[in-house]
Amino acid sequence: MTPILEVRGLRVRYGAIEAVKGISMTVGQAEIVTLIGGNGAGKTTTLKTISSVLRPAAGEIVFEGERTDRLPSHEVVRRGICQAPEGRRIFPRMTVRDNLEMGAYARRDPDGIGSDFERVFALFPVLRQRLRQQGGTLSGGEQQMLAIGRALMARPKLLLLDEPSMGLAPMMVDRIFEVVREINAQGTPILLVEQNAQVALQTAQRGYVLESGTVVLEDEAAALLGNDQVRKSYLGTD
Amino acid sequence: MIALGYTMVYGVLQLINFAHSEVFMVGTFAGLYALKAMASGPEGGIVLAGVVGTAMLAAMGASALTALGLERIAYRPLRNRGAPRLSYLISAIGASLFLQNLLFVLTPIGGPAPRPYPNVMVRRTAFTVLGYSVSNQQLLIVATMIAMYLALDRFVMASHTGRGIRAVAEDPETAGMMGVNIKRIVVVTFLVGGLMAGAAGSLYGIYFGQARFDIGFIPGIKAFTAAVLGGIGNIRGALLGGLLLGLLENLGVTCIRSDWQDVIAFLVLVAVLMFRPSGLLGEAVRG
Repeated sequence: MTPILEVRGLRVRYGAIEAVKGISMTVGQAEIVTLIGGNGAGKTTTLKTISSVLRPAAGEIVFEGERTDRLPSHEVVRRGICQAPEGRRIFPRMTVRDNLEMGAYARRDPDGIGSDFERVFALFPVLRQRLRQQGGTLSGGEQQMLAIGRALMARPKLLLLDEPSMGLAPMMVDRIFEVVREINAQGTPILLVEQNAQVALQTAQRGYVLESGTVVLEDEAAALLGNDQVRKSYLGTD
Repeated sequence: MIALGYTMVYGVLQLINFAHSEVFMVGTFAGLYALKAMASGPEGGIVLAGVVGTAMLAAMGASALTALGLERIAYRPLRNRGAPRLSYLISAIGASLFLQNLLFVLTPIGGPAPRPYPNVMVRRTAFTVLGYSVSNQQLLIVATMIAMYLALDRFVMASHTGRGIRAVAEDPETAGMMGVNIKRIVVVTFLVGGLMAGAAGSLYGIYFGQARFDIGFIPGIKAFTAAVLGGIGNIRGALLGGLLLGLLENLGVTCIRSDWQDVIAFLVLVAVLMFRPSGLLGEAVRG
């Protein structure tokens, strides 16, 4: 089966600094794929470039057989890629309802949007009770739920998640990742960026290990969990 | 109403559009010529309403076009290159000087001397409250302002595009990731700001009876003061700031002397900038 997303030889620079130095990777039609690695490995930069927030210096991003790396970011959303960005980045002074509506901004099908509201509430029941509250007043875990829910409102064909575990208590991390698996089981492929390699590799089917802007390892998630180098560097076990 | 234009553009772009007073000025001229084309002397009733309404629409159109032109020529090229904010300021001042001088040298339209408005709407007392008379013109101004403000508030708070405007104002990068076409939002913002300034321009012309190339300067700075006083970037703040500034000015005029009016407005600006730069309803400055 052809992959839904293919990244080939991606290079991204911030001024003189090259943050991504030739990354190639794929996401299959029904997969959860994870990018793991430490700070500054280029994980977030890769996701931002896929969302067209950043422009690649070289390389290609191909989504459903078409290049998207020259498109503006709103057009990438229209094609079917939506992201729950690092640090959640919800709109703090907008209500929860307006935040969710923002995810559906590019859509013009009121019926579909209505049923996707229900889908999000089924995944995150707490959001229904918070609808009229301002986004900035939610707890960290609720904000993460809102960020994922907002991205789902775009009805993406590929969901990008950037560090959904960041700053959350272990119990909340478990709940979030339960939902991540659930979303995938409902048929949405997911590209997951994580520093928490343990939970990421337990959730994903495949993984790429990034170090200073390049892929140093790629394998089935289970194999990476057992890999000595990964255990030493990212799992904190010997 | 001019303050609303400053606040809208600032809210979305974190940019003070210093050429906004010239958008207003273009509105006074457009209102003037639209009125002249339709009537030469006093009118009443339906005709008056139609003539003033049409002139206002013409002024709104002309100002909106000016604002869009400014965005296209003076700002967008800078934005595409990711220029620092100082460049925008310089570009804005340049555009402002250009527009003023354009109306100064275009003698058939503008010129150095003020151009009188035709006396279409004769000023008379509409009613008196507590011994103060309110003229029909003041009534028109207040009614238009309230209508415009309510329309703008509905647009920003309840419409699809309005939601996009708020999202871009809060976090443009994330708004883009949610499918908002930021360029389009910026254009709409300038358009709305221009419409407001145009309506204000024509009303100003009717009230003061003239248009001149530098007529935008004082109202422009006062509107900026009102926007800052209310908390720049905040639409309700702009309205509140405008009302408060008007009150303070008139209090000053009553208590001190009438030529102190502008002094008081600028004292307010300096005081707000010194003691509460975020304004009354303003947000804390983002890091």
